Amino acid sequence: MVPRVGRVRRRRRESPSVWTLEIEADGPAAAPGQFNMLTAFGIGEAAISLSGDPAVPGRLIHTIRAVGPVSRALTRLGAGEALGLRGPYGAGWPLAEAAGRDVVIVAGGLGLAPLRPALYRLLAERERYGRVLLLYGARSPADILFRRELESWRKRLDVGIEVTVDHAGSDWRGHVGVATALIGRAGFDPARTIAMICGPEIMMRFSIAALRDAGVTSQTIFLSMERNMKCAIGLCGHCQLGPVFVCREGPVFRHDRVAGLMTPKEL
Amino acid sequence: MSGAVKDIETIVREHPFFEGLLEPFGKLVSGCARNAHFQPGEYLFHEGGAADQFYLIRDGCVALEIKAPGRGAITFQTLRADEVVGLSWLIPPYRWTYDARAVEFTRAIAMDGACLRGKCEADHDLGYEVMKRFMPILVGRLQATRMQLLDVYGDDA
Repeated sequence: MVPRVGRVRRRRRESPSVWTLEIEADGPAAAPGQFNMLTAFGIGEAAISLSGDPAVPGRLIHTIRAVGPVSRALTRLGAGEALGLRGPYGAGWPLAEAAGRDVVIVAGGLGLAPLRPALYRLLAERERYGRVLLLYGARSPADILFRRELESWRKRLDVGIEVTVDHAGSDWRGHVGVATALIGRAGFDPARTIAMICGPEIMMRFSIAALRDAGVTSQTIFLSMERNMKCAIGLCGHCQLGPVFVCREGPVFRHDRVAGLMTPKEL
Repeated sequence: MSGAVKDIETIVREHPFFEGLLEPFGKLVSGCARNAHFQPGEYLFHEGGAADQFYLIRDGCVALEIKAPGRGAITFQTLRADEVVGLSWLIPPYRWTYDARAVEFTRAIAMDGACLRGKCEADHDLGYEVMKRFMPILVGRLQATRMQLLDVYGDDA
């Protein structure tokens, strides 16, 4: 439970409220989809997903939206400044299970960050998978994360990248509309597809419905749930969702495991 | 030169919107159709104009826009091949409530709304068939609009 100390090596602004920190730190290797507890000393601790390539040792990448006191403090850290970290924690994306299948990744807003490590691994071992598609929705062109990387991936012939925004100016030449609209025209074989989704919960619910309409089964849809993680080891109960501890058994769940837990108001 | 020029009925029946349409209905609908194309930047229609047509996109891309003071044109939806542009021809007072602009060279089937409304009124079986095809689009756009209004990617989401 005692955090180790890391130091910010670099900080990059991704969008008006989102920053990526490159942190120099030792520690166990992380799996795509896992998270760390990051401490802004004197302020508090927050669960933040890893957003970098897990195969690169000694360097942790976290992409953080500045929304509360802790995240705001973390995004203000400059090169050389210290922060605390515990982890990695939680269950990650099912990459082994995805081998030999089409992989459809549906990301909304900051939800692209926890999916990016999976994309790095899918592309690094591209021959292991069928079609690989990223369907990404953002609020506006200014809010698109990892823009240069998306553009470079788009040049590859072995991955499909589709980006849509909720609204745009007339200079935007890409899709405008909700991310779920991309699913219907993405062109994948539902019988051999595994889907990975991360984004706001409402967007995930509609994405799941669109994937189910397209013929993908609940057993091959995985999503990353976000709850109020505090201890990150399944003791404090802050992230409890019905019978499930999101920090320990998630954050990545197979859809059929949490389908009944996504709509009750009291959860 | 190879390949015969397709007649408008074939083109209409090949568009996914009218896929599976019974032959007599296909003839009726095609009587209201013509080919159209738009250069990049050309407007299909403007807000406030008479909604006397709708368009079935064959290829290209159309942006639906609303102009806001101080913000210029805001695109709230793009539509591409196999999709339908324009629903206001169905509902009085038949006025467009937004602009539609071709983002790239766009080929479409332009359907005369008054012509089709008249045929649907005269033949309710055709009317029901047309409504069955428009309702999922209407509902889908309503749901999409709801998601956009919720601003799920906003800072507080």
